[in-house]
Amino acid sequence: MALLQTLILRVITTAVTLLGVAVIVFFVIRVVPGNPIAMMLPPGATAEDIANLTAIYGLDKSIPQQFFIWGTGVLGGDFGTSITLKQPVLELVLGRLPATLELSVLALVMAIVIGGAAALTGTRLRETRVEGGIDVAQGMALSVPDFLWGLVLILVFGVLVPVFQISGRVTPSLQLPFVSDFYLVESLLRLRFDLSLDLLSHMLLPALALAIPLAAIIGQLLKQSLKETMHLDYVTLARTQGYSEAKVIWSQALPNAILPTLTLVGVQFTFLIGGTVIIERLFSYEGLGNMAIDAVINRDLPLIQGIVILFAVIFTGVNLLVDLTYAALNPRLRHG
Amino acid sequence: MSFLSVRNLSARVKGGGPLLRDVSLDVAVGEVRGLVGESGAGKSMIGKAVLGILPKAVEITSGQIMLDGVDLLALPPAQRRIKVGATCALIPQDPLTALNPSRRIGVQITDRLVDILGWTRQRAEERALALLGEVQITEPTRVLRQYPHELSGGMRQRILIASAFAAEPKLIVADEPTTALDVTVQKQILKLIAALQVRHGTALLFVTHDLGVVSKVCQKLSVLYAGKVVEDSAVADFFRAPKHPYSAALLAATPKYTDPLAGLQPVPEAVIAAVRAEVAHG
Ligand SMILES: Nc1ncnc2c1ncn2[C@@H]1O[C@H](COP(=O)(O)OP(=O)(O)OP(=O)(O)O)[C@@H](O)[C@H]1O
Ligand SMILES: [Mg+2]
Repeated sequence: MALLQTLILRVITTAVTLLGVAVIVFFVIRVVPGNPIAMMLPPGATAEDIANLTAIYGLDKSIPQQFFIWGTGVLGGDFGTSITLKQPVLELVLGRLPATLELSVLALVMAIVIGGAAALTGTRLRETRVEGGIDVAQGMALSVPDFLWGLVLILVFGVLVPVFQISGRVTPSLQLPFVSDFYLVESLLRLRFDLSLDLLSHMLLPALALAIPLAAIIGQLLKQSLKETMHLDYVTLARTQGYSEAKVIWSQALPNAILPTLTLVGVQFTFLIGGTVIIERLFSYEGLGNMAIDAVINRDLPLIQGIVILFAVIFTGVNLLVDLTYAALNPRLRHG
Repeated sequence: MSFLSVRNLSARVKGGGPLLRDVSLDVAVGEVRGLVGESGAGKSMIGKAVLGILPKAVEITSGQIMLDGVDLLALPPAQRRIKVGATCALIPQDPLTALNPSRRIGVQITDRLVDILGWTRQRAEERALALLGEVQITEPTRVLRQYPHELSGGMRQRILIASAFAAEPKLIVADEPTTALDVTVQKQILKLIAALQVRHGTALLFVTHDLGVVSKVCQKLSVLYAGKVVEDSAVADFFRAPKHPYSAALLAATPKYTDPLAGLQPVPEAVIAAVRAEVAHG
């Protein structure tokens, strides 16, 4: 019952948040300098040409009027038409979303695996040199932002030891049998592991660049909670029952220590998705972020709006999902 | 024959002073030994040393802990862990923190039976159910599916007692198992432990502050002062004629439970000073 109430409240706040984002984006991109129409026309176009084209896109109306027109369209599922690409925004955005989702989720999984392994190892070997080494590595991982890691990875694994792809999503010459835009998922489902491998070898470096800082954050926080948990009475009791140190950490301490980390991962995952914008650019990965940068450069107002709204939906959705998972994992919350 | 025999055990804080000084103490099969002494005397340390859960900062400097004829301190850690896990159990002091908050009661009793002792899941579950009955929990089937926070402190201590007896251990260490509980519940829990001890014939090392409890539950008694055993007696002898001045003073300081206020005397300063001097000289 309490859960349902929370859920309804969350849906309402989510709607308000999205409205706020829509309003801000809409107005901000209209007051910053730069005219999309002027950029579309060849040099030497007359003032009349500009006025005509401006009217076609409705940009001659007042900003509140424009917002009303756009807003009613959005509510009906129409996000307008991209000025530069001349296609419906919704179609474009949804076409690119799967690429970004696959990259982000892969990065998240890598961050959890790397950070989790570091935390477990650090806890098992606490107060030894190994723990010190892990702490130093994590400090380094944290002090460098994801896009610089991207450059480092390109240099090392793309140029010096070229074992992974550093550009694009898939080798262009390959025949793709896919019906959806979730290439990696579909290649796995179709058991076309040759394609999965090609996709992964393109995704690995950008995903790793996104994952490294998050892995360090996960590793630090989880190790700290684990070490605190290791002093608790029920952990000591499990030791007297004959469980090995590793088993005690894994099955007694971890389930309790993981909750704070989980909340943090939710928040950090949204930052990670934000990071895809630059990382995708860096690796010429054909996702939403790469498209967003093009849209901003070209002042493609409807496309920018669509992408921002979609990012906002993803962010709030992730947060909602984290809260629900938290409630499901914590029996004290579940029973109110 | 002694099931547990602690021989000349000394321990200290790493880089610090001694905690246990030449402690020797035996618990025979099926026997209950009380371990009393003032706060900080090292009672819990002895229990922890036996169970292999000493804090990292504490190290054993000399002595032996013979369990069933085997010196635990000479075993490799993994073997020691398994030996202790299979033959000993702990009834902890604070039932509120000794159960894992995120796991159901049932698995907290059955898991180690399956994981460590190799029972089938079904046998372990039947055992858990039977034991909850033994510790007088009504509706055991429901309780097995609950989480710790749904249960009172007394209920949780019953569960921990059931869990301690689950694998028919030869020795149970009970470290002040009632001090964290409501006064009204303390008596029931004590009775329960005593009854299960008798029924299962388990040897018990019973850490307590309460000589009244000792007189009811224990056959043997060790009095600890500043990490040293100052008296080791049969309980009947102790109450008739304590051998050591500190024990005598301790006895005099204990309220008679028929009339809690009668005969309440603080341990005289002179006695304390004398014992201190004695302990310091080894
Ligand atoms: N982790 C630790 N590191 C160092 N010293 C400790 C640690 N834990 C306890 N001690 C010290 O060891 C001594 C014995 O502690 P212990 O817990 O065995 O006392 P106790 O007799 O059980 O007392 P109480 O009746 O209060 O439980 C105390 O002086 C205490 O300060
Ligand atoms: Mg104690």
